[in-house]
Amino acid sequence: MVDPKKIEELRQARRQWEATTLGESLEQQPERTPRFSTLSDLEISRVYAPDDLPAFDPARDLGLPGEYPFTRGIHPTMYRRRLWTMRQFAGFGSPEDSNRRFHYLLEQGQTGLSVAFDMPTLMGYDSDHARAQGEVGREGVAVDTLEDMEILFRGLPLDRITTSMTINAPANVLLAMYVAAAERAGYRRDQLGGTTQTDMLKEFIAQKEWIVPPRPSMRLIQDMLAFGTRELPRWNIISISGYHIREAGATAVQELAFTLADGIAYVQAGLDAGLDIDQFAPRLSFFFDCHNNFFEEIAKFRAARRLWARIMRERFRAKSPRAWWLRFHTQTAGVSLTAQQAQNNVVRVTLQALAAVLGGTQSLHTNSMDETYALPTEEAVMVALRTQQIIAYESGVTHTVDPLGGSYVLEALTNRVEAEAEAYIRKIDDLGGMVRAVELGYPQREIAEASYRYQQQLERKEKIIVGINEFAAPDVQPIAVLRIDPEVERRQIDRLRRVRAARDARQVQRALDTLRRAGERADNTMDRVVDCVRASATVGEICDVFRSIYGEYKEPAII
Amino acid sequence: MTDGKIRIIVAKPGLDGHDRGAKVVARALRDAGFEVIYTGLHQTPEMIANAAIQEDADAVGLSILSGAHMTLLPRLLDLLRQKGGGEIVVFAGGIIPEEDIPPLRAAGVSEIFLPGASLDAIVRWVREHVKPHGVKA
Repeated sequence: MVDPKKIEELRQARRQWEATTLGESLEQQPERTPRFSTLSDLEISRVYAPDDLPAFDPARDLGLPGEYPFTRGIHPTMYRRRLWTMRQFAGFGSPEDSNRRFHYLLEQGQTGLSVAFDMPTLMGYDSDHARAQGEVGREGVAVDTLEDMEILFRGLPLDRITTSMTINAPANVLLAMYVAAAERAGYRRDQLGGTTQTDMLKEFIAQKEWIVPPRPSMRLIQDMLAFGTRELPRWNIISISGYHIREAGATAVQELAFTLADGIAYVQAGLDAGLDIDQFAPRLSFFFDCHNNFFEEIAKFRAARRLWARIMRERFRAKSPRAWWLRFHTQTAGVSLTAQQAQNNVVRVTLQALAAVLGGTQSLHTNSMDETYALPTEEAVMVALRTQQIIAYESGVTHTVDPLGGSYVLEALTNRVEAEAEAYIRKIDDLGGMVRAVELGYPQREIAEASYRYQQQLERKEKIIVGINEFAAPDVQPIAVLRIDPEVERRQIDRLRRVRAARDARQVQRALDTLRRAGERADNTMDRVVDCVRASATVGEICDVFRSIYGEYKEPAII
Repeated sequence: MTDGKIRIIVAKPGLDGHDRGAKVVARALRDAGFEVIYTGLHQTPEMIANAAIQEDADAVGLSILSGAHMTLLPRLLDLLRQKGGGEIVVFAGGIIPEEDIPPLRAAGVSEIFLPGASLDAIVRWVREHVKPHGVKA
């Protein structure tokens, strides 16, 4: 901590500077704008100095890397020991198409897989459902049955890579399929490393792919937590995600606050299911967005680690330091990409990826320049992956841990983001926790307000996007875009019908009936879901069981 | 409508849940003085066509980011014509590749706003191209 007398001296010096050096400069020429602010509209001062951090205590507020409260990073050596996992989100078309892309990405030096599923799969519909028409394989890969999952991971070393699956409402079904496919390929459950997103609260808040209402959704997650703790020692059952919250228009503070409040709800759900916090909490991981405002984003990541460590230790009384860790994946901000002058996106992604690395991420997805048009082409994905490799191997930022720690502006912003996020978390506690807040529509409304405010700032040019509201160029250089062959839908439906015709229908019915009874009785449903997928029950059939027990969620349409 | 106010349905066809754009545009249209009805998420073409007819809408604005526009938009226009809503102006926004624009226009979509379109441009377009029921455009 800085000596109070020193602080007074510094303040004195600043007043002097304001009266003389600064005053003269402003008199000659005023600043470009009366107010400077971050993307999330936190006001930024002209200059930061030690007197902006009068209560700053490096021992208490930062600690050293690998030590509580982990502001500087969860590992003592960070990227000096091991670089972050370069994990590009991929998945499109048929399971065969995506399997080829996975092999390609691993050959290019990627170190983990990340699977995108198509909209029907995310919503728990089979490819031949009426609501799936036109959507099969479009925004991700179509998976209907265990056979699709086996094709998707064919020939991949599941004991040596980790697989992240962006799947939420039917996460239990897809995890069961992954386990069953891996076992058929000869792997043991304890060899399987990876993550299912399973974050339904952020679905209700932001991403909006759901099946059953919030409370039964939480119950199915409890079943997964119990199953994962028992069966899959290397699996992260929930990836608590701020990414979608941010992409839906939230500020950096809202992203952080709502994500940690979701985390609090999941920890509580695990405790309510009778699980030991020191056993299950170390396998909760996080997933954040990284947007354009460089310092705000780095501050967000550092504040996130510090806040979560305090929540886990002080609020939940977890004893294992691993339960205090906030481990996170980052994706650069899809929403920041522009269709206009799309090559500029490479530069945006570079800045965002650098901020994520300076913020201490454990894994990273860099968006491709063409993603405002469609899923990325192979060439665009290559540039995005190379961006990470250039940061990792050429920039030198990996050589020291938390290189910006101690920067006055960054520490001040870290404190500010943390304090504002804490205020939101208190508000959500007062509402009765995140499940209740979601039912009340509270975070949904806060995000809608923030996104409308931001759009108005763009219209007034208070915020600038190069190529959109400034520096627009009339002719857009067209770039190559990935097209999904409409045949994918027909072929996927053909295979689904073949599987349905070939399976033992009575065995399927028995498995589904047993699942229904487990769901009705509050027995753990996960082992029953595994039985269903082994019998070749489809994603849609299994989700229909849950729909019939718990009903379907309908969001009130508010603008 | 007796008060001559333009009624617009803002809808999200298909399964994608990306509703930031739809909500922002709906609010901007409402703030510009139009009467706006937001359908909410995950709407089938049938649901949207029924809402447009029941609400006696002058226009339908669609936001779609899932890539299913070539299936869902032409079907909606067919349904509107079948149900006697052929006069309803349909406009859309979202992730729509350039080469899909001519066939969508041929199917009857009056305007397509691409990523980066300003709220002001959308509001101005609606003012110019959508007239309240019974008034000839």
